[in-house]
Amino acid sequence: MSESAGRLGLTPSQTVGPFLSIGLDWADGPDVVPAGTPGEIRIGGVLYDGAGEPVTDGLIETWQADPDGHFDHPEDPRGAAASSLPGFRGFGRAATDGEGRWEIRTVKPGALPGEAPHIDVSVFARGLLDRVVTRIYFPDEAANVTDPLLAEVPADRAATLVARPDGPGRLRFDIRLQGDGETVFLAV
Amino acid sequence: MTLPHPVAGYRPAPDGAHPPLDFPEYRSTGLRAPAQAPIVVRHRLTEVTGPLLAGERLGPSDHDLTTQHAGEPLGQRIVVFGRVLDSDGRAVPDTLVEIWQANAAGRYAHARDNWPAPLDPNFTGGGRVVTDATGNYSFTTIKPGAYPWGNHHNAWRPAHIHFSLFGRAFTQRLVTQMYFPDDPLFAQDPIFNSVPDPKARQRMVAAFDLEATRPEWALAFRFDIVLRGREQTPFEEPHE
Ligand SMILES: [Fe+2]
Repeated sequence: MSESAGRLGLTPSQTVGPFLSIGLDWADGPDVVPAGTPGEIRIGGVLYDGAGEPVTDGLIETWQADPDGHFDHPEDPRGAAASSLPGFRGFGRAATDGEGRWEIRTVKPGALPGEAPHIDVSVFARGLLDRVVTRIYFPDEAANVTDPLLAEVPADRAATLVARPDGPGRLRFDIRLQGDGETVFLAV
Repeated sequence: MTLPHPVAGYRPAPDGAHPPLDFPEYRSTGLRAPAQAPIVVRHRLTEVTGPLLAGERLGPSDHDLTTQHAGEPLGQRIVVFGRVLDSDGRAVPDTLVEIWQANAAGRYAHARDNWPAPLDPNFTGGGRVVTDATGNYSFTTIKPGAYPWGNHHNAWRPAHIHFSLFGRAFTQRLVTQMYFPDDPLFAQDPIFNSVPDPKARQRMVAAFDLEATRPEWALAFRFDIVLRGREQTPFEEPHE
């Protein structure tokens, strides 16, 4: 894709490095919704490297619609408006801990026109010169079968995009950066 | 399910503007860069929206890293400022910009940074601001020092400030590093040189700006940041 004249060149991406918590760690980062929100679920897992070792200096960010499938953003076809769910932020951010674990507190997003419920995910870490992007889908969700993005993913790898039940109110979503069971990443 | 809403996506980055994930000269990429090619997906509603985080996250001294403690940090006081634009030259207003950096001696206030340079009790190194209606931002801080790292024999990172930007959409999210002009350490730094296009690399280097210096107070460096611009035409999904 060539740049046409008059267009500004993009600022390149660089790694977050190992000390990202100085700038990016928020006490309320994992709270896509406030504690005590009806329907609250925890979604989390472990971030692994290509040797199967946990990545202990990574950062996971999430972005999703509210339970009505709405975004508080001017691009939403219904227009920007605060969610009907009090305190809903849509955005989550969780640094990985000493065991590579991360977790967010959220609610299941509603379906979007033509798409199954999903959460977009960015992964940042030392050794990643650019973020990698993936998506979390929900287990036992009939709409997954007709989701246009899942349809483009090789069938033998699609399971890496679907969270697993992990006890009441919990879903597990491990992310494998490289190697066996490598998570499907998306060029957005 | 209702029909998809046609959405204009964001233009892909031109070749060479961003580093490849697999870049052996930067050793940590070895076990972290995915082996499989990513699946190219078109932008739908989740990708063209994003968190519009603004003033609600700002504390009173978040924009001035020299005033976050009882005393002033050591080092050269500087103003780092610029504009956040998209590649069509449109300002990106009201967007959160987060920074983090080492102190003047090149040491991070972080438990895992233990090279023998002094910590500064008056410097943490984290800041945040929100761009104004015309995309402008400004921080006051001190010039960070260079620091050694174990990537290769006698490896030193050029002085830099880490920047994180949201833009107006998930697809515009950017984490980068700002460098200082004429740093003699550029030639040996694989992170700086991971950007294939040399012109793109220079876009990470701030410009000294004499006009913007504050007399008897601080030097000034201008760092404009360009995020992806928008496609002109909405994409309509095929449907029966
Ligand atoms: Fe750094």
